[in-house]
Amino acid sequence: MAVDMRLPTVIKAMSLSVSAADRKDMVVPGDVITSDTGFMRGHGTYVDEDKLTASVAGEVQRVDKLICVRPLKTRFNGEVGDVVVGRITEVQQKRWKVETNSRLDSVLLLSSVNLPGGELRRRSAEDELTMREYLQEGDLISAEVQSVFSDGALSLHTRSLKYGKLGQGVLVQLSPSLIKRQKTHFHNLPCGASIILGNNGFVWLYPTPGQQEEEAGGFYTSLEPVSLSDREVISRLRNCLLALAAHKVLLYDTSVLYCYESSLQHQVKDILKPEVMEEIVMLTQQKLLEQEG
Amino acid sequence: MATVQVSEAEKVYILHGIRDDLRVDGRGCEDYRHMEVETDVVSNTDGSAKVTLGHTAVLVGIKAEIGKPRPLIPNEGYLEFFVDCSANATPEFEGRGGEELGTELSNILYKVFNNEHSLDLRSLCISPGEHCWVLYVDVLLLQCDGNLYDAISIAIKAALFNTKIPRVHISSDDEGGKEIELSDDPYDCMRVNVSCIVTLCKIGHRHVVDATLQEKACSVASLIISVTHKGVITCTRKVGRGSLDPESICEMTEAGRRVGKALHSPLIKLLQQEESLGKKRQKVGFLG
Repeated sequence: MAVDMRLPTVIKAMSLSVSAADRKDMVVPGDVITSDTGFMRGHGTYVDEDKLTASVAGEVQRVDKLICVRPLKTRFNGEVGDVVVGRITEVQQKRWKVETNSRLDSVLLLSSVNLPGGELRRRSAEDELTMREYLQEGDLISAEVQSVFSDGALSLHTRSLKYGKLGQGVLVQLSPSLIKRQKTHFHNLPCGASIILGNNGFVWLYPTPGQQEEEAGGFYTSLEPVSLSDREVISRLRNCLLALAAHKVLLYDTSVLYCYESSLQHQVKDILKPEVMEEIVMLTQQKLLEQEG
Repeated sequence: MATVQVSEAEKVYILHGIRDDLRVDGRGCEDYRHMEVETDVVSNTDGSAKVTLGHTAVLVGIKAEIGKPRPLIPNEGYLEFFVDCSANATPEFEGRGGEELGTELSNILYKVFNNEHSLDLRSLCISPGEHCWVLYVDVLLLQCDGNLYDAISIAIKAALFNTKIPRVHISSDDEGGKEIELSDDPYDCMRVNVSCIVTLCKIGHRHVVDATLQEKACSVASLIISVTHKGVITCTRKVGRGSLDPESICEMTEAGRRVGKALHSPLIKLLQQEESLGKKRQKVGFLG
């Protein structure tokens, strides 16, 4: 039995030397972006005495004559093609409402899911009545954004065997701006677990499925107990993700893997202590810099 | 309580993990999360403390006043509790949403702390039947991530350590009335020592200490035990919709006694260390 009690300490901002060229154009609310009146103002800006000022904290983006500020701490703004991990909140007629950390609940239409056995047919009234047998309130799914409605709500689809209902594993909720956009968001990490880095900040960790398990498209979830070694790997990855997120490091498969390797010398439950987090993240950032340079 | 939705497969994963003594964040079944304690954060109270247990944050302020003792117990002082669930913690607590949880918490705190075994209420008496110390304890929930009782009790213990109640002398003045005099020596004061609360959640066939919200969603019943530093159990209460087997209650009580007894000494050591830093201590407060 362990109790770790201590006095709080002021968290010092960790900074690795970043050259001026690499530093992106970061602004805080109230910063003047430009005094030139020839620009059009986009989201996150306002005009204050003929000067274009930022109203949110984030990165300045310039597209020809349009200036906008993309905030760092924001809800998920989905685009077509994004991979998301979401939780079903409601079962409605012919659709499910999915919570994806965006401003509005996303929508998963009955016509956008695969039927068992891969049938291709028109959805009948009976399909509507058995919706709850497939996805209930509280279930987790991985899906892709098919389109964006005019009010900003996302329409999802799971029309591929790699998407669908998620089985046993651990969900970690982080900020969407920390997830790096990549070609694929599904990774089988060499340490023995698999990870889905949803663009909406929800990261799903699960034990790598065995060879013999066919991709059933999420209709069958295995409730067999997961082995202790797999569990340890998943717990360690979860703590590493939280450590990286606390220090605002961009998350992608390489950074997660380097963090995992740097944390092997510590016990899994010690990773969440502030000094251990700092040490692990510093090692990870050093490794990442070495790999780039 | 702020609830979080968990899917069936996640529940099974958590259940099997606890059965193997490896929780989702790598802790054992009787390990606490990282805890930070700071006292003297609110300047206009007699004693205050802020406790952060994982993502649960609780602020306690104590004011000591002289009042009339309760008619049935004339030679003891008492504590008055008020728990405020602020909307800061979760939007569910907005407006009157947090009232239900607040009254439930204060009722249990009343039961635990107005018991002569949890703390020495007789030391709060000034003159029997006429004057006694009344300690008004205000609890503010800043963040909710499971295990509120433990965090609140540790904060109350730390705040009471921070509260220095002056010793009073009763003297009769010329007209025969009683006069209360506080002693002139600023160091002539007493401290109240209280018990700590340990919450044990029954998940599957095992019990866990310091459950997160996800683990709470998988459990059906919990046992709240208040334990003094000597290991004496002063109050037990069962919460939750499910039922508990008598054998598991015995097991959980033993585990709670062990865990509770082990909570006191590191906390007192930490508070003494904080006090010894004196004026040099760098106050972190809320913006650290």
